[in-house]
Amino acid sequence: MAERIIELRDIKKSYGQVYALGGVNLGVDRGEVVGLIGDNGAGKSTLIKILSGVVKPTSGEILVRGKPVTGWSAARSRDAGIETVFQDRALAVQQTIVRNIFMGRELTGFLGWLKVGKEIEQASRLMREIGFTSKVFTPHSIVGQLSGGERQGVAIARAIYKQAELIILDEPTTALSLTETAKVFHFVRQVRASGRSILFIGHNIHHVFDIADRFVVLDRGKVALTADRSEVKSAEDLINFMEDIAHPGGLPGLHEAGGAEQRA
Amino acid sequence: MSKAMEPDLQTPLGRASGQPGKEWSHPSDNWLRGFVLDNRAALGTLGVFIVMMAVFMIANPTVFTTWYLYSSVLTTLPVALFVVVPLVFVVTCGEIDLSFPATMGFASWVFALVVQAGYDPFVGIAAALLTGTLLGFLVGSLVVYGGLSSLIATLGMNFLLRGLIQIINEGKSTALTGLNDSLAYKIFSSQVWGIPVQIFWAFAFVVLSAMLYNRHRFVQELNRSVAYVVFSALLYNRHRFGAQVKVVGDNPDSAKQMGIDVKRVRVKVFVFVGIGAAIAGTFSVMINFTWWPTAGDGYLLPVLASVFVGGTPTWGGIGTVVGGAIGAVTVSFIQTGVVAAGLSGFYVQFFNGLIIILSLLGHKWNQARYR
Repeated sequence: MAERIIELRDIKKSYGQVYALGGVNLGVDRGEVVGLIGDNGAGKSTLIKILSGVVKPTSGEILVRGKPVTGWSAARSRDAGIETVFQDRALAVQQTIVRNIFMGRELTGFLGWLKVGKEIEQASRLMREIGFTSKVFTPHSIVGQLSGGERQGVAIARAIYKQAELIILDEPTTALSLTETAKVFHFVRQVRASGRSILFIGHNIHHVFDIADRFVVLDRGKVALTADRSEVKSAEDLINFMEDIAHPGGLPGLHEAGGAEQRA
Repeated sequence: MSKAMEPDLQTPLGRASGQPGKEWSHPSDNWLRGFVLDNRAALGTLGVFIVMMAVFMIANPTVFTTWYLYSSVLTTLPVALFVVVPLVFVVTCGEIDLSFPATMGFASWVFALVVQAGYDPFVGIAAALLTGTLLGFLVGSLVVYGGLSSLIATLGMNFLLRGLIQIINEGKSTALTGLNDSLAYKIFSSQVWGIPVQIFWAFAFVVLSAMLYNRHRFVQELNRSVAYVVFSALLYNRHRFGAQVKVVGDNPDSAKQMGIDVKRVRVKVFVFVGIGAAIAGTFSVMINFTWWPTAGDGYLLPVLASVFVGGTPTWGGIGTVVGGAIGAVTVSFIQTGVVAAGLSGFYVQFFNGLIIILSLLGHKWNQARYR
């Protein structure tokens, strides 16, 4: 069995009286693409924020490569090889591409002085690798001047810089054109081919179905379904399953009952 | 769907372009153009300053060619520079600090007490720096960990600290007669070739801070030239601190998501102001040989004006240390210039306002053209 990069055990998160997550178990193995789907308010964003260390869980355990971690934070998460491409890209739009790629992880030498030359060199290499580059832009270009797809490129370049073992893509295809979406898919396949893992969060179930090896459906703070690719016949299966859990009584006449819920 | 798209993807993935190193070429890669684009705010401020000085010189050529005028400005200007520069960091970080006048007064009071008690002025300077650091940390913690608006909280701290000084001293000043024989005075406050020595320290401070803050790329282009050694030290170097200050001021949520300790960066900029204010306060005491309970009070508005005249916008994320320094020079020449040009002192405030408004309009136009 492949190595577990990260595992969440019985993670709960409450905001006051409201439970956003009510005991979630989730693991990601090396080299697999996990597709996380769920309706609005299912707790996807909270789960991602916990994985990336931005939000601390109310209770539960986080294991990195089998070892429980303490003092989990955004910096610790990145040190552990987990990179997140947030839905809002988490970019500073008045800064240059270089500064955004090295945000929070500046290359420094003596007394914290930046190694600017090395940063520029690495930034150029990353942007070339990603293929999101346009010849009009340099590593010194201000991120605010870039298009949505190019900004996504900067966020992805930042995520792959340190050979991250797990890359979390939060709604990476939202607001992207067809070609840009295809680029993201190509990137996901490249990462998997290099033996690293991806957690792919998407609204568009067809997108997730196309790319993921394993599906996790989140519903109202709990994992409603975990299924391997081989167990799900089509994207319609997943859609039916999600409609069933959203409307337990069923919406008669809309569709025939799917097969996925029996396997759950 | 995705399968059909894939063949098209080989081209954007860069293997087909075949001319590595050329891919990042851009009109602004010409180093001079790049330098102008990167520093347009500072250069704009320099333009305002030059135009203003030209007007003054035409109005009264005799006064503006005598050294005495410049010497007097150069004596008081450093005091402002030591607070203007850290304030650029604060404003870039998306905050404001109005408590620096009281910090100047407080730190220089500690300096005066130590010197009066018979200790060496160097001990006094160390004590003042420590006081400034602690007060900066106090103000910063109040704003950051207390979650208060920096505009209001620092204004309150300014009144509070100044009030403390007034209560304890009951308005009495402290004369430091023995100061002009000390080594510290000779190093920090005497004259070299008729030039007030403070200005060299202030200049060093500005250069160091600019290194902490700046983003400069044009030295990349100077790689092979003789000037490289000199310029690389001055401009090419920059510090993680400046980079993080800008990112935090630009988008604190993103900075947090990327693992930057946003709160710590914010506290650090307030500590930096505290240190700058302590140096400024000490220098102002050394100029006058006297500490007044009001020391620093008059600097609030000119210093704030200098930051914004210098081209640092109010919204955070970007700014210019060198521009701020030129702004401070501009502001300190207005008063001298207006009087020397033969106008009565009543014109000073009017010209202060005029220069501020014209500079802001200029910066607005300057940014709109390229952004």
